[in-house]
Formats: sequence, C-alpha cells, structure tokens
Amino acid sequence: MNNRRSTFLVSAMAFGFAFLYIPILSLIVFSFNESKLVTVWAGFSTKWYGALLQNEQILGAAWLSVRIAFMNATVAVCLGTLAGFVLARMGRFRGRLLLTGMTTAPLVMPEVITGLSLLLLFVALESMIGWPQGRGVTTITIAHITFSMAYVAVIIQSRLSSVDESVEEAAQDLGARPAKVFFIITLPIISPALVSGWLLAFTMSLDDLVIASFVSGPGSSTLPMVVFSKVRLGVSPEINALATIIVLLVASGIVAAGLVMNQAEKRRQRDVQMAVAANE
Amino acid sequence: MGERMMHGADPLARMLWRFPPYRWCVAVARRLGLTGRTAVIAIPYLWLLLFFLVPFAFVLKIALAEALIARPPYSSLIEWSEDTYLTIKLNIGNFLFLIEDDLYWKAYLNSGKIALISTLGCLLLGYPMAYAMARANPAWRNVLLMLVILPFWTSFLLRVYAWIGILKNNGLINNVLMGLGIIDQPIVMMQTDFAVYVGIVYTYLPFMILPLYANLERLDVTLLEAAADLGCRPTKVFFTITLPLSIPGIVAGCMLVFIPAVGEFVIPALLGGPDTLMIGRVLWDEFFANRDWPVASAVAIAVLLLLVVPIMLFQHFQSAEAEAGV
Repeated sequence: MNNRRSTFLVSAMAFGFAFLYIPILSLIVFSFNESKLVTVWAGFSTKWYGALLQNEQILGAAWLSVRIAFMNATVAVCLGTLAGFVLARMGRFRGRLLLTGMTTAPLVMPEVITGLSLLLLFVALESMIGWPQGRGVTTITIAHITFSMAYVAVIIQSRLSSVDESVEEAAQDLGARPAKVFFIITLPIISPALVSGWLLAFTMSLDDLVIASFVSGPGSSTLPMVVFSKVRLGVSPEINALATIIVLLVASGIVAAGLVMNQAEKRRQRDVQMAVAANE
Repeated sequence: MGERMMHGADPLARMLWRFPPYRWCVAVARRLGLTGRTAVIAIPYLWLLLFFLVPFAFVLKIALAEALIARPPYSSLIEWSEDTYLTIKLNIGNFLFLIEDDLYWKAYLNSGKIALISTLGCLLLGYPMAYAMARANPAWRNVLLMLVILPFWTSFLLRVYAWIGILKNNGLINNVLMGLGIIDQPIVMMQTDFAVYVGIVYTYLPFMILPLYANLERLDVTLLEAAADLGCRPTKVFFTITLPLSIPGIVAGCMLVFIPAVGEFVIPALLGGPDTLMIGRVLWDEFFANRDWPVASAVAIAVLLLLVVPIMLFQHFQSAEAEAGV
C-alpha cells in the first residue's frame, strides 16, 4: 500500500518537473540549430547568437529594460520593505485593512486591468497637473514599482513574522530609538529577504509585457514588447538564442544568490551556537 | 519640549535643528499629531493609494464617457457650459453595448470556463507534487523547491513561446509521434483551446505548488501517525485529515491561478486561435486596435465585478496565513 503510494508520488513529481523543464530545454537545444525552421534539426551552429548580437533593436530594448528593472527593483525594495514592516510590526492602526488589501490585490489583479487603469491615471494627471509629460521610461517604472512592491511586501512580511521579535524589543528596552532598531537590528535580520525581493522585482520588471505596453510611449519599447511583436509573426531562432542567454543568466544568478545566502545562514548559525556556548 | 529632549545627542538631528524649515516642519507635524510612526505608514500607503486604488476611479469615469476621435479619445463627464452651469454627462451606453453584444458575453463566459478548467488542471498536477515535496527528505526539499521556483523566474513570455515550437504542426510532439509511426497526420494542437489550457497550467503551476507546499510542510505528522496507529487506512487518512487541513493552501493556490488567468492576454494571443475568446484579449483589442478607451474601461469594470468575490476570498486566506506566520 505504502509502496504503491510512493511510486505514485514520485511519478507525479517526475511528470511535473518534466512538464516544467522540457519547454525550457527545447528552447535551449533549438537555439543551436542551423536551420531557420526552429523545430527541425539541421546541425549544430551558433550563428543565431551572432545574429542576435547584431540586432540593434533587440539590444537597445534590452538595455532599456535593464535600466527600468534596476530602478524599479531598488525603489520597490524600499517601499515594499516599509509596507511589509508596517504590516508585520506596527500592530493596529486606522486603515490597516485597506493597506493589507492594497498589498495583496496587485498579486492577483489581471495585468490588462492594472495597465489600463494606470494609463488612464497618467493621462488624467497629465491634463490636470502637467505631469508626467508624455509616457515612457518614467511611467513604465512607476507602474512596475507598484506591482513589484506588493511582492516585496509579502516576502518581507512573511520573513518578519517568522523571526523572533525579542531582539528588537531588547534593543528598544536598552534605549535604542525605533529608527536605530530598524537599521541596526531589523534590516540585517531580513537581509536575505531583501536580496530575494530585489531579484524578484528585477526579473518581474524585465518580464512584463502587458502593463508596459499600456503605459509606454513612442520610442520606449521594452524587450518583452519587441519580443512579442517578433513572436507574433512566428518562431525565430534569434529569440531562442535570447531565451537561452536569459535562462542561463537567471539560473546562475539564482544559484549564486542561493549559495551566498546559504553561507551567510551557516555563519549566522555558527555565531549563535558560539554565543550560546560562551554563555554556558 | 526642549531641543535636547527631542533630539538627545544625535549630531545629525542637532545639525538639522539649526535650519528653520526643519523646525517649522517638526512644529507642523507635531500640531497635526504626526509622528515618525505615521510617516513610515504613510509612505507606502500613499504610493499604493495613488497608483493602485485611485486609478480604478478613473477607469470607472472613462467607462461612463463617450468615445471621441481626439486626444485623449473620450469625452469629459463634467463640462462648464456657456452660462457656467455645471453639467454632468453620464453615458451608460458602453455597458448597454457590452450587454447587447454577443461577443462580450461569449468572451466573459469563455474566460471563466478556461480559467476554471486550467485551475483544476493546476490543482490535479500541483497537489501530488507539493505533497511529494513536503514528504521528501529535508535535504532534498530545498533543491526541489528551487526547481519549482526557477522556471517562474525566467521570462514568462519566452516560456509561452517555447510551447509554440512544441505544439505546432511540425513541432516537437508531432515530429516525435510521426517519427515513431504512431500517427501519420499531424495532430492540430496550436491555435486551439487545448493549447491555451496547456499554456496556463504550465505558467501558473508554481503559483499553485508554492502555497500548497507551505501548507503541507507545516502539517502535523503526528496526527497522521495517530490515525494510522488506530487502524485508519492511508486513503482514509488522506481524505479525512490531510485534505481538510490543506484547504487554506488549496484556496490560496486556486485563487493565485484563477484570478490572473481570467484576464490573461499573452497566452490566448500566442497559443489560442482566432475563436479562443478571452476577456483580456477583448480588452486589449478594444484598446489597441479599435482605440475605444471607454468600451475597454467598461470591459475592465465588468471583469472586476466578476473577480471581486475571488479576490476577497484570496485576501481573507492570505491574511490568515500571514498572521499564522508562513
């Protein structure tokens, strides 16, 4: 009985992971295909990488997307950390329910609605106060910050509610002011969550097609917008090459971040153990 | 209240105190009862209020306007006529148009149907995976978790694009099946509802697995052991203990899949056929192809009405989870 169940579980897991990874692997394999027909194998070649590096439209859009993603991630981490901290540590205050709602609703809100509503806001603001002038990098960045800060807030909130509040309370009892407690105690404790929040905000911004399409203006096409217009016309091996580069960058970034955080966690645990031993 | 009492020995605060504007700000803040605590709450609050909540008011406003060939392409609701009379023109024609036109009803119902079936697909595939991960050896758990999260970090658009190469007539699946001699005509999978289901299940699967895993990992194993010791059979243990206890995880996962899937645009646009009507796609076309902003806004309001209950359900379970400390 038990054996049959574990066979079922293992095969379900194997099927699930195959389902998740075969498309990505097929993208990578066919990026090295000689033929322009993406799915018919005609020999090994790296020519599509060469073609990609010559494609100024894609490179320009990629650079624009990276700049937006960088600004977005940095601001979203600051705002999202504040929001997560407020929700996890500030107890009750007037309007708490609304803040909870405003940080969880963006997680599930269909992108077409968020995009349309932000565009209408920007248009109305421009006609009322003259800002933002036209649409472009600024409006895309603001739109991205709004949805990525919600993700950061959730990460920070769950990290904060899983760590013990007593260290912060001890510091406060010893006379440290709230701001000092936050910077000296709280921030270091949640630093792994800050790193993963920043990375998540960065990749989400790099990935967003729908919201950016609504709030962008002429001359500010992000990478997903360029990719989408190409993909709509059919498969192209250059896009496969681009996908391979992105997958490898992201995978190595995540593995590196994971290793660094693992090391830091181990060091912290060792410190804790040494402190306990010294006390005894 | 003296300077020293407010700022103690902090050199920065003492320096700032010398500037009159700072002192005025502090005085105003104190008069209004503002503290540092209020400011910390206010910053993220105001941002979300302005850029998340207020925009919906504009959607509602434009949905009640008339389409014009102008920049921006809609009429204004409030007009000052010549005698400086204030006139407010509300136009519910856009909503009537949605109700009368068959296309919108079909898109509306079809989105609900596609999202529902895909959510079930995610649950059927994701639950056993999450369960197996939660019961796996602790050393393996983090690796498996990483493997679930990794695809979620790589470009969504490119992962949907990958399915075109797999599903199309001369794509991977058809090539393999024809190569093995199982079929001699390619199966048409691209540009069908089937492709859209596959695409949604594929892209949203991590959103289903993660909350389920978080829930199942916390499950108290001693309860299961107790039931087994008392002679309960494994299937019965699962249906009477594990499944009911994992309901919060199931609801969170299903909402995380269902709500965005209803408004999905990219997947039906890339994998679906011309007759795969989904409301997100209709909204997109109204906006970008027809440039009819008022009708697009009315569609957005209609979608929001459909999603209000699921969103509130999600918030309820999400905040319960947050209080419990995930």
